[in-house]
Amino acid sequence: MIAPPVMLRTEGLAKRFTLHLQGGLQLNVLNNVDLEVRAGECIALAGPSGAGKSTLLRSLYGNYRADAGRILVRHNGGFVDIVSALPRHVVAVREETLGYVSQFLRVVPRVSALDIVADAARGLAPDAARAAAAALLHRLNIPASLHILPPATFSGGEQQRINLARGFIGGHPILLLDEPTASLDTANRDVVIAMIREAKAGGAAIVGIFHDAFVRDAIADRLYQIAPYQQAA
Amino acid sequence: MNLDDAPLLTARGLNLSFGAIPALVDVDADLWPGEMLAIVGESGSGKTTLLNVLSGKLAPRSGQVWYRDPDCIQHDVHAMPQPALRALHRSDWGFVHQNPRENLRMAVSAGGNVGERLMAQGRRHYGDIRTAAIDWLGQVEIDADRIDDLPRTFSGGMLQRLQIARTLVTHPRLVFMDEPTGGLDVSVQARLLDLIRSLVRRLGIAAVLVTHDLAVARLLADRTMVMQRGEVVEAGLTDQVLDDPRHPYTQLLVSSVLQA
Repeated sequence: MIAPPVMLRTEGLAKRFTLHLQGGLQLNVLNNVDLEVRAGECIALAGPSGAGKSTLLRSLYGNYRADAGRILVRHNGGFVDIVSALPRHVVAVREETLGYVSQFLRVVPRVSALDIVADAARGLAPDAARAAAAALLHRLNIPASLHILPPATFSGGEQQRINLARGFIGGHPILLLDEPTASLDTANRDVVIAMIREAKAGGAAIVGIFHDAFVRDAIADRLYQIAPYQQAA
Repeated sequence: MNLDDAPLLTARGLNLSFGAIPALVDVDADLWPGEMLAIVGESGSGKTTLLNVLSGKLAPRSGQVWYRDPDCIQHDVHAMPQPALRALHRSDWGFVHQNPRENLRMAVSAGGNVGERLMAQGRRHYGDIRTAAIDWLGQVEIDADRIDDLPRTFSGGMLQRLQIARTLVTHPRLVFMDEPTGGLDVSVQARLLDLIRSLVRRLGIAAVLVTHDLAVARLLADRTMVMQRGEVVEAGLTDQVLDDPRHPYTQLLVSSVLQA
């Protein structure tokens, strides 16, 4: 059987932070990260708190700027290196290829939950996008009465589900998930597990941080262990 | 070469000082079609000076600004004859001031303010102009029955929305914005942010946005340039610059924001 195509690969990835307000303190977080994810595969980042799991996930999205190495993302039939790509090319890769679900919802105030989700749909007319958004919100147990409200006043779990709907509606071929079930109850957790499984079955490559062992066992094909830098050196 | 791969606006080696105070130091900038670029920094960092130089309102001591027109002809903004530059400001370009009174004519009705820019482009049919004005008042959420009212009867937020309607009615390709949400109540600001974001996106407008508010940059801009004492000290995708700031000044700016 032919192996599914590689969707994301890092080579010698390194990331450090220089804190100028703390006298130029240097924090070396990632060193020599080599990671490969294929279509339909889910990789869980593992390691103790502070090891750099979130830093790696944010670097893959281009949110943090890597100091060395490459992040190759399959985009429009070729590979784009997120580390060296021009900013506007990173924007295009994020729009079409690379989806990200962060832990925190950051949106324009006073925009309704439905519009926030519909806004992230790709290739749909406005009405179709809103219908798709409503269906996804229903699936995530957000009642219709909340769809028209801005999510600023929602509970943590509700906000996380708005964020999930926004991350999944685009159907991106690569998804980066930062603790997608952290604030969810069991019923909603199971919905998210089903959504991730469907995305995998549809060929999506997924890299995530899942502290919940139940979730991790349910969806991850492999663990990628991140050792704290000092020990690795 | 793909047309979208050429910048709409290009600036190279801009320098300007006011007496001994450097306002622009070797500033380069590019803006691509459909992109929103934020220029952030504190008062006196040179961000408004840069906006005025990019838009041809203020001449640099050295350096050049090029604008690519719809026929792909490059124009040296500071070498253009004044009438040509004024024509550009009336058609392809728009300018949104922090104080809408600088752009609006306070003795002319709301509809007249919007229609005037169309007439300046040579449109003469009164019915068409009025229809366009009503349409644009609606797009910026001003009731159509306010069309004949004078701007002086409008609130600050309404004036800002009227200025945006006046600016966008001619479908400019490039809009310069100087603190467009500054001086407004936060509740009005939120609505205006959403309005600007959706209009710019839907119409595919490129924009240069000057703001001292990092949250505004985050919500509106694809890319951000950070200025300090006339220098661009850091530039990149907005979320990179704000979440992973590298320059000491950017780190100071980001860490100084109050959390509401």
